[in-house]
Amino acid sequence: MPDEAPILVDGTGLGTIANEPGVAKPDPIVVVDKMRRAFGGIVAVNVDHLEIQRGVITGLIGPNGAGKTTFFNLLTGFDSPNTGHAEFNGASIDGTSPHTLARRGMVRTFQLTKSLTRLSVMENMKLGSQKQGGEVFWRALVPPLWLTQDREIEKRADVLLERFKLSHMRDEYAGTLSGGQRKLLEMARALMSSPEVIMLDEPMAGVNPALTQDLLEHVKGLPDEGVTVVFVEHDMDVVRDISDWVVVMAEGSIIAEGSHSTITANRDVIDAYLGTHHDAPIDFDEEAARITEDEAAAAREIARDEEIVQKIEEAGDDDD
Amino acid sequence: MILAAIDWGFIFDQTITQAIGLNAAVYAIAAIGLNVHFGYAGLLNFGQVGFVAMGAYGMGLSITLWNLHPLLAVVGGMVFAAFFALFLGVPTLRLRADYLAIVTIAAAEIVRLLARSTAMRDITRGAEGLNEFIGPFREYNPFNPSLVYGIGVIDFRGTEFFAIVIGWVVAFLAVLVVWLLMRSPWGRVVKAIREDEDAALALGKNAYYYKMQALILGGVIGGFAGMVDAIGKATVQPDFFVAPLTFFFWLVLILGGVGKVWSPIAGAVIYWGLITFVQNLGRQLVDEGVVPTSVMDPSQVDQIRFWIVGAALALLMVFRPQGIFGSKEEMALDAR
Repeated sequence: MPDEAPILVDGTGLGTIANEPGVAKPDPIVVVDKMRRAFGGIVAVNVDHLEIQRGVITGLIGPNGAGKTTFFNLLTGFDSPNTGHAEFNGASIDGTSPHTLARRGMVRTFQLTKSLTRLSVMENMKLGSQKQGGEVFWRALVPPLWLTQDREIEKRADVLLERFKLSHMRDEYAGTLSGGQRKLLEMARALMSSPEVIMLDEPMAGVNPALTQDLLEHVKGLPDEGVTVVFVEHDMDVVRDISDWVVVMAEGSIIAEGSHSTITANRDVIDAYLGTHHDAPIDFDEEAARITEDEAAAAREIARDEEIVQKIEEAGDDDD
Repeated sequence: MILAAIDWGFIFDQTITQAIGLNAAVYAIAAIGLNVHFGYAGLLNFGQVGFVAMGAYGMGLSITLWNLHPLLAVVGGMVFAAFFALFLGVPTLRLRADYLAIVTIAAAEIVRLLARSTAMRDITRGAEGLNEFIGPFREYNPFNPSLVYGIGVIDFRGTEFFAIVIGWVVAFLAVLVVWLLMRSPWGRVVKAIREDEDAALALGKNAYYYKMQALILGGVIGGFAGMVDAIGKATVQPDFFVAPLTFFFWLVLILGGVGKVWSPIAGAVIYWGLITFVQNLGRQLVDEGVVPTSVMDPSQVDQIRFWIVGAALALLMVFRPQGIFGSKEEMALDAR
């Protein structure tokens, strides 16, 4: 229904979309259908339908073990679903290998940072660049065939390193970077490939608050450059701060979708995080009523006990 | 002074002759191949001797079976080694690194046992080996076989000198190729795969394809080691290609420093120099009665030299674990 596409109320095209799981988006870049992945008897991912809107930041949240990372792996080709179907830019990505997907514009980072420790920061950055002539064996042997391109890549990398505040480390081994700097490097490296979609798996985990702010600014700026962002995160402040749309997973399924405010009020989401049988919050009147009721019950109990004691005593008298 | 009886001049002659001799060149070339596998691509190859054997047999058979020109015979050796790499790589390179290690060690033994088997007797001449291929090579020997070549006290006969020159030329060319490749974007990808294959995949690099290329490259270089050895010894003997040889190549590589271009050459020179020095010194010490035969008799010297060299290497690993050329900084990063 493209002609019925909603007016772009908030600039994301998501303003008038219903807040329900599996809802259709006006311009989806990734579409997932009936995707299921089980490890033995445990169903890790069971997503009925999900569309990810192009050019916005989508946060994927859910309690531990909800299947977020497995879902990421399935989308990026690092794992294959038992059944199901996924599309990227309108073309099927079923059974596509991770490196092909990366070349097609879907790049990911990892929850546990994968910085290539014994390569310099600059070499890490250059690796992100696609279609390098010098990566072909025979051309590699003849430096004039790739040096010009390599210098251009280096310039691009320097600009990104500057933005990510890593310029001073450019010739150091990536292994000497701090945990937070590695997160920055991994994101910058992924951006070197000029991706259409960047999938960030817990980009803020283990990053100090000052650096988090930097990272968030970078992520927020990505949609303006035409990059669609999907990220997994546990820190709800971060999710509130940067996501245009939030998708909630629990026990492998998508249980809710919507803007941040609608999600935090969603009953299913609260249940998923706190457990289905948690006690509902109570107010003072209710509490007072309960206390009165409890006291009455206690009084009844005492009275009954006294009655029994009395009966026994009476019975004893009879025996004598 | 009791040590005065020892002929130091002779010991140093022998040491230097072996350090720059045929064996050192062969070990250096094989270790360069291993360096491509392990040092740069992170592939655990415990069957480098299999590639060496394939190179030697490929070249030898090209002449004994098909009567090819020597240069084409060298291409034959390369093709055999490359085929062996494909054969090993196709099933194992998609799997975890340890599987390649298991398969290579077995495959290298299979090559040797197959070559010496009676079933293959008509082709590989069994345990006798190939002996009739050297003629065409000798025709191209620019050195006079009846003359002795050398500088000062170090001298080689013409035929031997020919093989040694070929050996070191091949070794230096291999170093050049590896150096060119490893500073290129191709080398960057290969090193990235060594560090973390998933990261390389996530950056759009076809890890399987690059690992295969690296396996073939290192294998073909290993094949050259076999060819140089065959030319130098004028024979291809199946029982030369025993499994322990692979570990001497590893030793040479680790001695020099894993992942550095010059380390295999330095490692081979030092290894052969050291082992010859210890052997000759030991022999003279026994012969001159400095070490009584009750402690060690002449026939035990050859075993003792490995003890001593082994102890020296253990000390090296304790005090300089990164090898001679390796960087301590990289080593520290690796431990994280």
